[in-house]
Amino acid sequence: MLDTYLPILVVMGIAFAFAIGSVFLSRLIGVKKPSEVKLAPYECGMPLIGSAQERFSIKFYIIAMLFILFDIEAVFLYPWAIMFKRLGVFGFVEMGVFIIILLVGFIYVWKKGALEWE
Amino acid sequence: MTPEVLTLSETPWLFTAAMLIKVIVAFVVTLLIVAYATYAERKIIGRMQTRLGPTMTGPMGLLQPIADGLKLFFKEDIIPSQAHWFAFIIAPIMILAPAFLSIVVIPFGADFQFTYDGTLYAVPLQITDLNIGVLFILAMAGLGVYGIVLAGLASNSKYSLLGGIRSTAQMISYELAAGLSIVAIFMLSETLSMRGIVAAQQGPLWGLESLSFLPNWFIFSQPLAFLLFIVGSMAEINRTPFDLPEAETELVSGFCTEYSAMKYALFFMAEYANMITVSAIAATLFFGGWAGPFYGWINFLLKVFAFMFFFIWIRATFPRLRYDQLMFLGWKVMLPAALVNIVITGIAILLW
Repeated sequence: MLDTYLPILVVMGIAFAFAIGSVFLSRLIGVKKPSEVKLAPYECGMPLIGSAQERFSIKFYIIAMLFILFDIEAVFLYPWAIMFKRLGVFGFVEMGVFIIILLVGFIYVWKKGALEWE
Repeated sequence: MTPEVLTLSETPWLFTAAMLIKVIVAFVVTLLIVAYATYAERKIIGRMQTRLGPTMTGPMGLLQPIADGLKLFFKEDIIPSQAHWFAFIIAPIMILAPAFLSIVVIPFGADFQFTYDGTLYAVPLQITDLNIGVLFILAMAGLGVYGIVLAGLASNSKYSLLGGIRSTAQMISYELAAGLSIVAIFMLSETLSMRGIVAAQQGPLWGLESLSFLPNWFIFSQPLAFLLFIVGSMAEINRTPFDLPEAETELVSGFCTEYSAMKYALFFMAEYANMITVSAIAATLFFGGWAGPFYGWINFLLKVFAFMFFFIWIRATFPRLRYDQLMFLGWKVMLPAALVNIVITGIAILLW
């Protein structure tokens, strides 16, 4: 167990050290001449209008929900795919039923227009 | 004589030394490829557009990546006054670290054998052989999304927010399609370990002697899965023609609009590191990993470079998609196609 996961910890340490180190170093040696206009959010040279923390389209929310549903399906498919040759016809039918149930939901979502972006 | 496998309990020093060497070499090589991928991209795209690309820094502009890196170190590190400073700093780190972490499970060669103290040892040329290798890579790809969400939200700028949200929706949509497309590979390989998948691609095609002039690479068994995977991962790592998050004509620079200096560079290093990872996964899952005419890791690097050249070539060729086209392709074409591919593969295996 430790044999296989220890290297991941080492790489994680190096990767984070590298990322944090380079951010810190550039903050340390970079020029510092802040001014009020420079620190304002970018707005194509216009004076800032309103806040960025506004509401955004509900469609992104729907996409996120659909993603969770189908990602769970994908996660179920992984162990099934590994065992597929050993499960044979039984496994195929079993997963077929599961996919069809999800497919009905997918067609419903499609027909309801949740995937339209006009 | 069968070689011994290094373990932490029996040969702790050798194991640690081998591990550290592998980690450092892999990390340094990845960094080098990242640096010179930027150079290669500018040079190749330059040539494709009948320009020269960088020429001034060093011979043929070869020192350009180093000059770029140094320049970014000395630039002013701006944190906008309205930004949430902690999330703003954490975001590029959260993108880069998972991008580098995915390299741990990628096998870049067969076993390396050496004799120490009269015993023959074998070291697999892979940082670690996780039995859930592909899942680990998908998990790291999923973690990368957090960095982009954070960057978009923390900047507190309209362009960053729009870019971040767009990018998130795009990445999760295509992660799904790419993740489902490779399920068909696991039905053939019966393992999630990257090394196991390479081992499953040995021998003549489909075990038929008459086809022995072709290797048993999964590209021949799963062409549709390969297509879906390549398109899906191109969209997931935000490469052109799917670079809508950075669509500079409409969103300035997307989620990295407010970033400067090294933090800005980290986003781009992550993009190129992801490109390397995707190329390496494609080479491992579909093109037999390190198998080929040359010595192990040379084959592997050649395949990775070939894929990276392909990605750069695509960038020089295709215009950017529209957002509704992007979502149409992801949800209405690639997702059903991936499911159909799984069913077809299942039927084919049962009938075989």
